[in-house]
Amino acid sequence: MKYLLLSLAALLASSAVLADEGEAILEEQCASCHALKGPAAQTVEELWQRKGPDLFYAGSKYNREWLEKWLLKPRRLRPAGYHYMQHIKPGKKRDMIDVSTLQPHPSLSAKAAREATEALMKLKAPASLVSAGAFKGGSISISFGEMVFDKFNGCMACHQIEPDYGGLSGPEVYTVAKRYQADYLVSFISDPQAWNPKAPMPNKHVAAANIQKLVQYLQALAKENWDEK
Amino acid sequence: MKNKCFSWLMFALLAMGSSAAWSTSAEDNYKNFCWQCHGMAGNGMGVNVQDMSVQPRDHTSAKAMGGRSDADLFKVIKQGGLAIDKSVLMPPWGDSLSDEEIRDLVKYLRKLCKCG
Repeated sequence: MKYLLLSLAALLASSAVLADEGEAILEEQCASCHALKGPAAQTVEELWQRKGPDLFYAGSKYNREWLEKWLLKPRRLRPAGYHYMQHIKPGKKRDMIDVSTLQPHPSLSAKAAREATEALMKLKAPASLVSAGAFKGGSISISFGEMVFDKFNGCMACHQIEPDYGGLSGPEVYTVAKRYQADYLVSFISDPQAWNPKAPMPNKHVAAANIQKLVQYLQALAKENWDEK
Repeated sequence: MKNKCFSWLMFALLAMGSSAAWSTSAEDNYKNFCWQCHGMAGNGMGVNVQDMSVQPRDHTSAKAMGGRSDADLFKVIKQGGLAIDKSVLMPPWGDSLSDEEIRDLVKYLRKLCKCG
């Protein structure tokens, strides 16, 4: 019993050390592009000054395992970057992404990724914004889910539902359930402006039951092995 | 004292920035919310259009825009395409923009189409 308590204390202590190291990484390497403290931008102009998504509620948003892996080997998740309007140019048929303006996200070493993730997961949103158990579980077929997502709600206008298929201004959604916690997805879709008042993502006033279906659909999409397709 | 006054001034400015009274220009709102589908030139050829089942309206076309009343334009921006029997792809922006900002956007659309 004594050994168990000692190991538990050691585990907690090492987690605290990791988070301390992580906080230093966040301040040194992340803070110049990401807000580590709230509030969210209140005006369009203020939003445009932010070079990356806010991280001050990262612990309520991201899945820990995905986040650590992504920091090791970051990959673009928003085809037109952040913010889309700063990375497009007029084209012959339609506006095109101006790839020359897109910067890759820096990658971290395995140790730094673990420490930064530990610190990020401590940054929680207030309980009033997201509650545990908001997603009720369950599943849906991809074909029915696509109807809810695209036909009934038009979300594909801005989001890709598979590589190279869908809108480009928003983040890809075929991996979003791997990246984000299901309860966060329910809360964000219900009221995007509560998280980010001027995000170019509308509140479509989707009925609560359909929000559950949307998240079930995103989970079904995330189960596909997109790397092998 | 000077520093104190400056701090209060900054505080007041920040408070203004976060209040509902703050209003963004129609140009900036159009860029943030509308460009993605209606395009940088407002011609309906935004970066998102390739896989869309219904093409976004060309805001520069007097023909396409002339038939819409200001009330309809206000309604479609605030409540979305379905509110005027148009496409679900046009989302409601009523939670992102104040009524005043939507009225400014309607005026801005009239400038783009040179109609009404």
